[in-house]
Amino acid sequence: MSGADPIWLYRTVRLIRRFEERAIELVRSGDIVGGIHPYLGQEGIAAGVCAALRPDDVVAGTHRGHGHVLAKGADPGQMMAELCGRVTGLNRGRGGSMHAADFAAGVLGANAIVGAGGAIVTGAVWARRRRGEDLVGVSFLGDGAVNEGMLLEAFNLAALWRVPVLFVCENNGYATTMPVADAVAGSISARAEAFGIRASTVDGQDPAAVHATTAAALARMRADGGPEFLEARTFRFDAHHTFEHAVRLDYRSPEEVARGRSRDPVRIAGSRLPAAERAAIDADVEAVLEAAVAQALAAAEPDPATALEYLYASGLTARTGGG
Amino acid sequence: MPRLSYRKALNRALADELARDEEVFLLGEDIRVAASAVTAGLLKRFGPERVRDTPLSEQAFTSFATGAALVGARPVVEFQIPALLFLVFEQIVNHAHKFPLMTGGQCAVPVTYLVPGSGSRTGWAGQHSDHPYSLFAHAGVTTVVPATPADAYGLLVSAIRCDDPVVVFAPAAAMELRAEVSDPVPVPLGRGRVHRTGDDVTVVAVGHLVHDALAVADELAGEVSVEVFDPRTLYPFDWDGLLGSVARTGRLVVVDDSNRSCGIAGEVIATVVEQVRLQAPPRRVTRPDGAVLPFAPVLDRAVQPGRELLRHAIAHVSKDG
Ligand SMILES: Cc1ncc(C[n+]2csc(CCOP(=O)(O)OP(=O)(O)O)c2C)c(N)n1
Ligand SMILES: [Mg+2]
Repeated sequence: MSGADPIWLYRTVRLIRRFEERAIELVRSGDIVGGIHPYLGQEGIAAGVCAALRPDDVVAGTHRGHGHVLAKGADPGQMMAELCGRVTGLNRGRGGSMHAADFAAGVLGANAIVGAGGAIVTGAVWARRRRGEDLVGVSFLGDGAVNEGMLLEAFNLAALWRVPVLFVCENNGYATTMPVADAVAGSISARAEAFGIRASTVDGQDPAAVHATTAAALARMRADGGPEFLEARTFRFDAHHTFEHAVRLDYRSPEEVARGRSRDPVRIAGSRLPAAERAAIDADVEAVLEAAVAQALAAAEPDPATALEYLYASGLTARTGGG
Repeated sequence: MPRLSYRKALNRALADELARDEEVFLLGEDIRVAASAVTAGLLKRFGPERVRDTPLSEQAFTSFATGAALVGARPVVEFQIPALLFLVFEQIVNHAHKFPLMTGGQCAVPVTYLVPGSGSRTGWAGQHSDHPYSLFAHAGVTTVVPATPADAYGLLVSAIRCDDPVVVFAPAAAMELRAEVSDPVPVPLGRGRVHRTGDDVTVVAVGHLVHDALAVADELAGEVSVEVFDPRTLYPFDWDGLLGSVARTGRLVVVDDSNRSCGIAGEVIATVVEQVRLQAPPRRVTRPDGAVLPFAPVLDRAVQPGRELLRHAIAHVSKDG
């Protein structure tokens, strides 16, 4: 990938931003059922981190995972088709928003269970390195995940066994409606430091800063093998989940939201490019997403007779529900 | 013919698969020194990279195995206590089992979960004596409960080679068995075995209870001709094998070390009666509903399915009809 290239960074945050906005429209129109957890406002983290990765590196995402999947290189058209539950989707319509995966691009999957990805990506990186492959992994996680015991166990394993996984905590201040201050005793970074894992903190609204901090961490990890931790401070611009567009939850004041939205990663990355270049990228992103949405909506839904396809990799077929 | 113990059979299966396939590795607590004896000698032969002692972090090392399997490794995870499966039920059922479907077939998760010493371990009381195989069958995770040393070897080998997650329960009550086995071979998953043929009643027995069923069948030999069917794999179940047996005998008893409600015995009976007109209502012998095994040995035995109840059930189905 093109490193700290400001064009790549801007294009990526812009792509994720517009992808999410288009996806929200499709939630409203009923083309995406079940809703999504929008990544709006946090785009700089996926873009900055993935800019420092190589194609062979692997990432595990979260329930708020569209940005990670796109920044690691998945095709936006296949991703949109997945959200719409179509056969042409990344997961052939079997995963949806919270399970989007693209193994070919190194995306081991978004994961709907908070804190679950860390141990999985640690095992994947360890197993491939045992074969002599030179790679690192990234586990994206929210501030809510740092209170999950399973994740803290994964920190311990990764540190003990020197597995190069970067644990990226996207601290957007809330786990759904629960403020970090009410949920985290001690501090987020101190959890990693307790296992001897080096922790850094970065402004998650600035994609270039995220890239620089990530690149420095990955260089150390590739050299000496162990994990690191990165806390990216950020702000979620929109709802926890699109259900919040219909049901108002009272946990952030309008002032707090306005303040948070004033530091916009798309604007920050865009300000580093000449206006004409920015406009060209914007036009290109619009065209990509226009095609992505059109392709997704034109694609077929899966055949109900195949509902349990892929359940068993061994080829076992399950009994049906009878009748 | 050489005699092989059940425990040694598991050990040999692990050694053979470690030797055959570089992608196989073991994870578990105290497996370097082989506290359960099933990993004896493996550290020396295969080294600490492939015989990995873990900290007491069951949830993380179970999902670590999932991650390794997602990229092509074949981990075998040993659990010291059957109840630890409750702790990692989420990691096995919600992640390992679901990944292939949820990703639209992008991956496989070939992990083997091995529980040496499942079910009652006399004197170990409530939290060490569970036999939760029906839970995994319910979840649709391949589940095997070998009854004999030859099957312990053969099913563990097949579990490791299977592209799906497989839970292997090695009942504590079977671990000390020995049998004459010259050259153990892989045993296909999903295939039952008739241990003893009979004409009057089919007894389906799970795991160590196969030996109780055989003993009872011997005792009753003059009066009732009992066929003993060992499913070996509980999920996927060998329905064709069982239905063939029951179609001949027309009578069915199931003896199963699960708690009664939603235990595998209920599933066996339901499936058979959906497809076969039996000559008498079937019976099952199980642990009681909600069983917690009490400590005192007489109490522990009192809640396990035993020979007396099995004799009673056989007499009952033989009389009816
Ligand atoms: C283990 C688990 N507990 C609860 C939930 C329900 N849930 C989904 S997202 C969420 C909040 C997660 O917060 P955080 O980790 O900060 O991520 P964010 O939503 O802020 O991106 C909760 C409680 C879940 N999916 N998994
Ligand atoms: Mg959060």
